[in-house]
Amino acid sequence: MNGKYRILLPVLSLTVLLAAVFYLQPRAMSYFGLNLLFNLAVPIALATIAQMMIMMVNDIDLSVGTFVSFVACVTATFLNDAPLIGVAILLASILAYAAIGALIHIRQLPAIVVTLGMSFVWGGLAVLLLPSPGGAAPDWIRTIMTVKPPFVPMAVVACILIAGLTHLLIMRSATGAILRAVGGNAQAVARSGWSVTKLKAGAYALAGLFGVLAGVCLVGLTTSADANIALRYTLLSIAGVILGGGEFTGGRVSPVGAVIGALTLALAGSFLSFMRLSPDWQIGAQGAILILVLAVRLIFSRRNRKWRTSDNG
Amino acid sequence: MADLRLSALLAIPRRPWFWAFAASGLAYFATLSLSDGRGGGELLSAALTFAAFSAIVGIGQMFVITLGPGNVDLSIPATMTLAGTLSLKFMGGLGHLILPGLGVALAVGLAAGAFNYLLIRLLRIPPIIATLSASFLYQSLAIWSNRGLRIKPPEALADFSTGATAGVPNLTIIGILLALASWILLERSLFGRWVSAYGQNTRAARLSGVPVEFVRAATYIASAVLASLTGYLLASFSGGAALNMGAEYLLISIAVVVIGGCSIAGGNSNVPGIWGGALLMFLVVSMLNSYGFGAGVRLIMTGAIIIAIVAAASGKGRSS
Repeated sequence: MNGKYRILLPVLSLTVLLAAVFYLQPRAMSYFGLNLLFNLAVPIALATIAQMMIMMVNDIDLSVGTFVSFVACVTATFLNDAPLIGVAILLASILAYAAIGALIHIRQLPAIVVTLGMSFVWGGLAVLLLPSPGGAAPDWIRTIMTVKPPFVPMAVVACILIAGLTHLLIMRSATGAILRAVGGNAQAVARSGWSVTKLKAGAYALAGLFGVLAGVCLVGLTTSADANIALRYTLLSIAGVILGGGEFTGGRVSPVGAVIGALTLALAGSFLSFMRLSPDWQIGAQGAILILVLAVRLIFSRRNRKWRTSDNG
Repeated sequence: MADLRLSALLAIPRRPWFWAFAASGLAYFATLSLSDGRGGGELLSAALTFAAFSAIVGIGQMFVITLGPGNVDLSIPATMTLAGTLSLKFMGGLGHLILPGLGVALAVGLAAGAFNYLLIRLLRIPPIIATLSASFLYQSLAIWSNRGLRIKPPEALADFSTGATAGVPNLTIIGILLALASWILLERSLFGRWVSAYGQNTRAARLSGVPVEFVRAATYIASAVLASLTGYLLASFSGGAALNMGAEYLLISIAVVVIGGCSIAGGNSNVPGIWGGALLMFLVVSMLNSYGFGAGVRLIMTGAIIIAIVAAASGKGRSS
């Protein structure tokens, strides 16, 4: 799978979906409409990038959803009432992510299980912080999330910024290259003198950082939080990375693709409500769209490579 | 002779399932110590009943996970819900439809498993994404057919699922029989060797003549059928199907597989450990409950215990 193809398909599926939305609801083709369509995509995009950092080193993070919920709870309580303590908690949670990455590598634990365990831990902490929905968003994040830049809505600007910055970090910088190499061949990285433990801890810390950003942004949009606010982000983020052309193994990821994948998933929700589909079928249709996009991707990839060495992975 | 026995005894802690059962025992006695040993029988029977649900879905998940990295069935909760909803709707509380109702549930599982497999095979979607997107469809079907109604199970079925035979809960008996059957299937049959071979090295398995596609289809279908059976039993046990009835079983099904000592990297399965993990998951929660911890602390402790067990068990007997 070459780099050009990897980004082509996510772009195409987003364009098709966007065209369908505009066709069904021409009024969406405006500053306000776009903002409405993509608003909730910003935290999803950030969570997808977080997931991508983990998938980059061949692991998978089942705790993204509860972690973002936990961060949202911290943001709506401590970060609002006692900003210093709030920042300290968030920094500590990023360190916790790094520690988990190191633990997984040192003890050679299955990431899927450790992050599953962590999802209980973050969920428990979130429940302790906010047993019932509530809290309030700090004013500054509220301001950032509702700012109205000229010509292009904030949500679109934010997504382009996220995609651009993570692209520079992961695809263009030396750090990014060595992090991706851990996913590609950890043994080779270790032999050439790097500490894989430190690199994995770094990748996990980046995931923690983007998870924190996702939670803070989410509260900026919703103005309050509850312990279950972002549970579906776990599955959305995995789907977003895959839709964006990322793969489960080999360090083959694409930050721009991941952001586009997240946008596609967010847009699929809006598309279905424009279709006036019965709410009963909304979740199902979201699944169907996911399957459809992946089916199209199959047609593309059949053209690009004739033989696949193994299905195992 | 004495040496042999001693070494057999010393080998027990190296068994992958040892830690799950040891920790379950610890949680059991820690709970009982609070009540000075009273209520031990009730706790055991509750643990055996609820663990049966986790164990049955866990066995299905174990077959899938044994296939190797990337193979996880995320559609288990939705399949459970759909099977529970449709079968209870079909039976409509009528006693003579119990067996046909079971047939409906199993047919749902068969169809869901076959659909999951077709997505993976024909569209070459990674199993995680395939079962995830398919689960959205199943969930929608369940919502559409359920319409918020709660249909009661036939009385005889409800009595059976909450009852006991010779002091052992009926559900436990079903769970243990299924575990035995799958143990024989995995350890003593050709199919079991195929599953392990697939998980250890798919390419080598294919080249040596293992019908890899058949193996993959059979495991995904088995997982969905076991999930649908659990959905049927759980709905009967709890007096009706609910749309969120399967939700917690996604994490539990993966957790019991791994706590029980199966290799998440595939190729290594372990049936006794499934029951150990299932018992542990229930006993830990009831222990924390009886110590008066709130939901938050309970969740944190559950997570910490999962991680601690996996960290303790890794490198011990895993390579065997």
